[in-house]
Amino acid sequence: MAVTVSIPTILRTHTGGEKSVPAAGSTLAEVIDDLEANHGGIKGRLVKDGTLHRFVNVYVNDEDVRFSGGLEAKVADGDNVTILPAVAGGAR
Amino acid sequence: MLTIRRDLVEAMVAHARRDHPDEACGVIAGADDGTDRPERFIPMLNAARSPTFYEFDSADLLKLYREMGANDEVPVVIYHSHTATEAYPSRTDVAYASEPFAHYVLVSTRDPEAHELRSYRIVDGVITEEPVEVVESYEFTHPGQDDPPQE
Repeated sequence: MAVTVSIPTILRTHTGGEKSVPAAGSTLAEVIDDLEANHGGIKGRLVKDGTLHRFVNVYVNDEDVRFSGGLEAKVADGDNVTILPAVAGGAR
Repeated sequence: MLTIRRDLVEAMVAHARRDHPDEACGVIAGADDGTDRPERFIPMLNAARSPTFYEFDSADLLKLYREMGANDEVPVVIYHSHTATEAYPSRTDVAYASEPFAHYVLVSTRDPEAHELRSYRIVDGVITEEPVEVVESYEFTHPGQDDPPQE
């Protein structure tokens, strides 16, 4: 399954500056492994201890994968995967 | 240095005052052309609705970035308020900061009479405070346009 992955500014050091890159897989985990194969180091920025890093949001099309299976979320041919750093913080 | 129009500063402060004692947050987008000018004020909902934490709602975040992408914009300013502490990035702020080219603006509303507004770059966990220049318009602030036009 071929998908297009949108890469946020902070991770473009791994993609040679590209804003979006192709990847393959039938689940988000497979897509991330495929990304890692071509853009070494990116997986460690997305996954920690076998789950998605809390500082990052990943969407398959319009759906935040947190609500659709996390790394096991299904992806289909032609889907758009969007990676966005969470915008958050606070006084503590 | 952050150069920013007065009306945008006033909009951030008004948003922070309105949401006090919860933290307020938002973005000021600008053209993705290296000019580093905040232009479009986008107040965001604090999905955490908390006096000590803020987070953009995940669906709102996607919509915001799609909109900026379609407009060739970047988040020039990312702002939020601290409602009981000074306008200095907390450890949480630094842990989450992931826009290396954004100016992180903090507004403190702990004093009901006078706000505190300061700006920072936060890159790889390092906080660098920067001066804030408030201008009436950007017309004469572009590098190389130091001379006002003839009357």
